[in-house]
Amino acid sequence: MTRNLALFAGVAALFVVTGLWQSWNLSLAILNMGLLSAVMAMGVNMQWGYAGLFNTGIMGFAALGGLAVVLVSGKPVPAGWAAGGPGIALALVLGALSIGAAIVLYRRTEPGRARTLTLLAVLVGGFFLYRAVFDPAALAVESNSPENAGNIGGLGLPSLLAWPVGGALAALAAWAIGKIALGLRSDYLAIATLGIAEIIVAVIRNEDWLARGVKNLTELPRPWPVPYEVELQQVPSFLSRAASWGFDPITASSILVKLIYAGLFGLVLLAVIWMSERALNSPWGRMMRAIRDNEVSAEAMGKDVTRRHLHIFILGSAVVGIAGAMMTSMDGLMAPGGYNPLRYTFLIWVMVIVGGSGNNWGSVLGALLIGWLWLIVESVGPGIMGAVTAGMADGPLKTHLVDSAQHMRLLTLGVILLVVLRFSPRGLIPEK
Amino acid sequence: MDILNGLITFLNFVFVPGLAYGSQLALGALGVTLIYGILRFSNFAHGDTMAFGTMATILFTWWLQSMGINFGVLPTALLALPFGIAVTAVFLLATDRVIYRFYRRQKAASTILVIVSLGVMFVMNGVVRLIIGVDDQNFADGARFVISAGDFKTMTGLPEGLAIKSTQLITVVTAVLVVVFLFWFLQKTRTGKSMRAFSDNEDLALLSGINPDRVVQVTWILTAALATIAGVLYGLDKSFKPYTYYLLLLPIFASAIVGGLGSPLGAIAGGFVIAFSEVTVTYAWKKVLGYWLPENLAPDSLVQLLSTDYKFAVSFSILILVLLFLPTGLFKGKSV
Repeated sequence: MTRNLALFAGVAALFVVTGLWQSWNLSLAILNMGLLSAVMAMGVNMQWGYAGLFNTGIMGFAALGGLAVVLVSGKPVPAGWAAGGPGIALALVLGALSIGAAIVLYRRTEPGRARTLTLLAVLVGGFFLYRAVFDPAALAVESNSPENAGNIGGLGLPSLLAWPVGGALAALAAWAIGKIALGLRSDYLAIATLGIAEIIVAVIRNEDWLARGVKNLTELPRPWPVPYEVELQQVPSFLSRAASWGFDPITASSILVKLIYAGLFGLVLLAVIWMSERALNSPWGRMMRAIRDNEVSAEAMGKDVTRRHLHIFILGSAVVGIAGAMMTSMDGLMAPGGYNPLRYTFLIWVMVIVGGSGNNWGSVLGALLIGWLWLIVESVGPGIMGAVTAGMADGPLKTHLVDSAQHMRLLTLGVILLVVLRFSPRGLIPEK
Repeated sequence: MDILNGLITFLNFVFVPGLAYGSQLALGALGVTLIYGILRFSNFAHGDTMAFGTMATILFTWWLQSMGINFGVLPTALLALPFGIAVTAVFLLATDRVIYRFYRRQKAASTILVIVSLGVMFVMNGVVRLIIGVDDQNFADGARFVISAGDFKTMTGLPEGLAIKSTQLITVVTAVLVVVFLFWFLQKTRTGKSMRAFSDNEDLALLSGINPDRVVQVTWILTAALATIAGVLYGLDKSFKPYTYYLLLLPIFASAIVGGLGSPLGAIAGGFVIAFSEVTVTYAWKKVLGYWLPENLAPDSLVQLLSTDYKFAVSFSILILVLLFLPTGLFKGKSV
């Protein structure tokens, strides 16, 4: 216990040192990313730590959360919706119906050539029907003032509402993937989730009608209690308080905003930890660990392993989706170009494994520590590289080395992951 | 209706590119399947192994070019290839010695090995980007075309041209040679036979005196060769960019699984299945159908089933279909 507290105190000290030496703004920005990553790491820990499921599609579930923010709290675009919204909705329903019809056909009819042919006819026909309805509708939406909008717009609801919706979207995707890939060889889930994540991000990147694609969707509202810096700088009581603390109003306002975000994210994180600790120490949690440790004997006890795996896969993905939604509403923009598997999938994995898989507090510690490392190297790495190469003559080699500082992060993370797996496979805070 | 011109358009835009891409995927999938068969885990670092091998080859190519050596009409990269393979093999053997061997001795679960390979992927990714950077590198030299579209038109007098890039021909010929060599090696040589025995039944193989360390080493060397050749061919045909090679992981895994993990024959079949599906589904068929259909039926739209941005969705969908209906793949790979 004291060891764990000391570890957390050590990580806290890192943030304090960053605040004192660099700036509090940077320190808090890293803390916020760390807290968001911690929520994602909780989701991964549920899947990996409790159930041994290997999900390499965290990026995709986080992106779905971001999409929920766009759809729920984005600015409404009535003209865009009127131009093709119902058409797109109809097309999606038609597509879903043809897949549903194919599934029913497959289950209800006898195997044979007749079934294969009707199935193909239903699927191909459904696809062309879908495209016939979808293409003109999407084109109409996208041609509605493409420089400002060109999308169907959001509902304009508060950002906080989007968080659970993000979780629900991610849960839905997880259900579909889990239904197919769970119960087979464990590698299949890893490969299937790797694929679905790429596809989700490709959809967000290319479907301009949905979230403006690479044109980026900006001006998403902030979640409820968080004020805007510009507004804060108009409040007299805030200005006098800032002056008495010796901060200038601009720095003070951005620090306050980040603090409020940190509080908000901290609350969500604590809620997730509380719930999953309760779940872990209930009969359900014991069953999950029994399944993880010995699937065969759990099955012999009458537990439906695949079904339990599906449940926890959905739960964990939903948590990741919520974190993804939180992240997009903090950024205030949806930039699909920013979704990168190394940053959003594998970094989270490193956090969970370094922290201690199977232990919630370990995941949180890992997220804060690795998150700090990742971002601090980004801001001080070029400086260090500059200092290292200061003695060298200017030339292509020196510029190459200075430019390559950012790639050192990948190398460092890989080495950290390998070292932890080899020498301390249970992580910094092992499972009890 | 104009069957011949339609056919030539089809060959030019679908068949020839598909054949080249399929050969590249098949070589990549062979590496994945070998590792799966012998070492029993899905190697997530394979895409980055390809990138590493290609990088090494590119560096040797530049070195050769700087000394004024070239390979005539063939790309200099082919001369540099053996060096690239050697460097990659040394790197992979070192990785095995430092990292994988520990887990093998422990008989660690395959998921652990997958995560370890993830760590290796990070390291390789970092090394490649550190050395050569993240940008596109075009290192193809020598003759560009075996037949260019213009030459073909003047030769045959047809309005449609059939262009065959030299890199496409090289890809297919190299792939055939490599596959023939690999199968000869696995079927006829003593080492190859011991590898197959090890893959089929590890305990029995050990019992009959097969040296596991040697089998593992040969596997890594073969993997290095396959990955480097696949990566260099892909880079010659398109261009080299580290991130693209990471993204190749999905179609390569899909190929290996479609064919049946652990089955070399399956990996080849899977590579072509994935490549041709990808090209067919993302190709705009307007021109070909315009030739093949009667005039009044000729399509107005592009007749492109999916935009090329979604080519990963194709390999993914095939993967899903195989998982649903044929989890052991076309050629009955290892199940469970």
